[in-house]
Amino acid sequence: MKETTQIIKAGLKKRYAREKRFRFFGLMSIIISFIFLIVLLVTIFSKGWPAFQQTYIKLDIELDEATLGINKFSEEDVLFSASYQKVIKNSLKQMFPKAKGRKQKRARNNLVSKSAQYAVRDKVLADPRLLGTKQSFWFLAKDDIDVFMKGNIDRSLPESDRRIKDYQLIWIDKLIAEGRLERRFNTVLFTAGDSREPEQAGVKGAIMGSIFTMLVTLSLSFPIAVAAAAYLEEFAPQNNRWVDFIEININNLAAVPSIVFGLLGLAVYIGFFGIPRSTPLIGGLVLTLMTLPTIIIASRAAIKSVPPSIKQAAVGLGASRMQTLFHHTLPLAMPGILTGTIIGMAQALGETAPLLMIGMVAFVAEVPGGIMDPATVMPVQIYLWSDSPERAFSERTSAAIMILLGFLVMMNIIAIMLRKKFEHRW
Amino acid sequence: MPIQTLLSTLLALLLFSFFIGSKRSLAVSTVRKGRRNLHSRPNYYGFMVAIWAGIPALLILALWSSFNASIITSLTISGLPESVQMQSKDELGLIINEIKNIASSGNIDAETDMIKKEAAFHYHRLEQISLLAKTVIVFVVALLGMLIGRSLIKPEMRARNMVETVMRWTMILCASIAIVSTIGIVFSVLFESVQFFKAVPPTDFLFGTHWSPQTSIRSDQVGSSGSFGAIPLFIGTLLISAIALIISVPLGLMAAIYLSEYASPTLRSIAKPTLEILAGIPTVVYGFFAALTVAPFLRDVGESIGLSVASESALAAGLVMGIMIIPFVSSLSDDVISAVPQSMRDGSYGLGATQSETIRQVVIPAALPGIVGGVLLAASRAIGETMIVVMAAGLSAKLTINPLEAVTTVTVQIVTLLTGDQEFDSPKTLAAFALALGLFTITLLLNFIALHVIRKYREQYD
Repeated sequence: MKETTQIIKAGLKKRYAREKRFRFFGLMSIIISFIFLIVLLVTIFSKGWPAFQQTYIKLDIELDEATLGINKFSEEDVLFSASYQKVIKNSLKQMFPKAKGRKQKRARNNLVSKSAQYAVRDKVLADPRLLGTKQSFWFLAKDDIDVFMKGNIDRSLPESDRRIKDYQLIWIDKLIAEGRLERRFNTVLFTAGDSREPEQAGVKGAIMGSIFTMLVTLSLSFPIAVAAAAYLEEFAPQNNRWVDFIEININNLAAVPSIVFGLLGLAVYIGFFGIPRSTPLIGGLVLTLMTLPTIIIASRAAIKSVPPSIKQAAVGLGASRMQTLFHHTLPLAMPGILTGTIIGMAQALGETAPLLMIGMVAFVAEVPGGIMDPATVMPVQIYLWSDSPERAFSERTSAAIMILLGFLVMMNIIAIMLRKKFEHRW
Repeated sequence: MPIQTLLSTLLALLLFSFFIGSKRSLAVSTVRKGRRNLHSRPNYYGFMVAIWAGIPALLILALWSSFNASIITSLTISGLPESVQMQSKDELGLIINEIKNIASSGNIDAETDMIKKEAAFHYHRLEQISLLAKTVIVFVVALLGMLIGRSLIKPEMRARNMVETVMRWTMILCASIAIVSTIGIVFSVLFESVQFFKAVPPTDFLFGTHWSPQTSIRSDQVGSSGSFGAIPLFIGTLLISAIALIISVPLGLMAAIYLSEYASPTLRSIAKPTLEILAGIPTVVYGFFAALTVAPFLRDVGESIGLSVASESALAAGLVMGIMIIPFVSSLSDDVISAVPQSMRDGSYGLGATQSETIRQVVIPAALPGIVGGVLLAASRAIGETMIVVMAAGLSAKLTINPLEAVTTVTVQIVTLLTGDQEFDSPKTLAAFALALGLFTITLLLNFIALHVIRKYREQYD
């Protein structure tokens, strides 16, 4: 007897050490997962933060009637089609007369964004009396200048490794000294559609595209899923082959890789029904199929949790089964159904792969105005920008991710609040 | 009239039918026997009239809209001269597209040849006729339905039962959409795959070790045939998924064990939702993170210890994918671990085992089938994952199991073969469907096994 106790005692220290180690591994794996999450978020936020600011350049523009070939009394369409690029070039020429050669001259003209001429045009159109005067404008700076101003191009590198050359540095220093360079809040990011020029590119088109796509998805998947869930929970006969088959298929749909849904959209919706590609309509149709299982499963759980006593009471008072469902069961299950719907929509909002298959990767500069306009969505915009080589685009990619994550966080908070507020423990 | 106005007018008509239905039921009953003798509440008579007006009209509208385009196109083709019709399918398709463009834009310049001009005119006229006919027929049917529904209203008529039957069938229809879409997936993928296997023998596809889908336009160019051996793609997919599982399974499993067995309720209530944030982040974000942060980091680390790591290494994609599926593994394992009855743990403690010994020798073996099921589900998720590998893995198919080299996966190839490419009949685009068929089969099989294992296990303790 004594021996056994001694054997156990001898091993005890080792066993306790093992216990501690095991616990430590458990805690470490949680901490490691957290570190991954933090690194991910910090990288993206630190990269994306600067994109919410944008460099502007102040130029004094001589709105010379002779150079522009127009005057105060010109017709509106003449004013509209005049070449305002010339006066901007002249202004830059006056400021930096020493530029030599084609390369330097082109670099000089490229200090400001190509959108500068439209800013001048709009101001002249608004008030033609400004012609002949000298006005100062704040123009969007070209993306390279912006990247430099944000400290992402190192001055100490040899000139051949830099995107900003020595002569451009001299100009920038002069502009800074004169107080002509300023960083402001980047409104373009929120008010413009996509563009090939990073400084003119914004996410408004993608946000609108996402909203239209989500509207299509929601208006189709919510009624269909609720009807399907209500049928399966309340009306479906037990041990019926058809019903079992439906359930198997719902589980399968939840497991199919998302890209396969894209192929379905390509072959059936586009190939067979001829729905135009790249539109929120087809995006919404494809995402509907993907969100259906999520909403159906959540709705079934919510409907199941409504106590039978309520249904029995309703039936006892003479309500039909359909009336019981619509007057009692569904209203009581609604918080759970809505939570499931929001979670399903959040998944759909972040989905990219199937949309690549149905042409939503096309470059679309205009902001879509309806479900039949060509559009792109937020995650696809992120994918497109992340492919662009310009440094300024990688910054904007992170900013777009931040905006997308913001939307997702908002949706999840709403879902949690709904659950907290209306959740019933019967 | 355009579809939007058509639909909204129809909707207004349905509201109107509802209104006259309920009014009519009241009027009929008051005259005949008094309101108490109405079988159903007036609303149900309204719904009944609206159903009579709406369902046939909507059905006709849906059928018309889905076959409109193909019928008009075939009519236009049959209106073309014989010589044009005899051309090959591709050329005919081009001509039809051109005709449609002319018809929709109305741009006719002097160079457009006469046949196309006439065909475009023909096409445009057919379209207009179809639109007009559709509008008229839909409204006539809707109005007729409304009148029929209205004439059916009598106090003893069982409107509620009729409305409820229609609703019930609508619900069955909604539930059956899951079946329809599964069939749709299977058929769309299968149909194109069969086309593909007519051009490329299945054995070449399944056992070939060389993948280069680039087919040249002229047949006399070098490498014109393209080769479709899918082995490198499947090996690449397996490699990246294996890396992901090697990372996520131990981390997810240990996290689940700690959370369900050791953690205090406070830690649990904080840590669980935080882990689930990882599952809520869109995959495109992970892809960006992998391509822009992790891959360069791994390359630099490799350089500093003298290893050459490809900038699109399988390791980077697998690592990030592993992070993505940690919450997946942990929440599934958490469920099965908490389902192990407390009595089994108590028995183990009673025999003098420490907590970790209990977990390792009692809880985990008892939960093993569920955990295996969870890991299989995670594997199917990893195999089907697209965005991370599209952004962070390579494009060239290399047959290797070295995680430091760039490999490509099935999903990457589907995306590259199908984005931007419109032609439907070249083996290059059809190959994507064959790949998708493989992907679909594998994930379905994994899920089937996993669900089976989990279900079987659950029955043991219920």
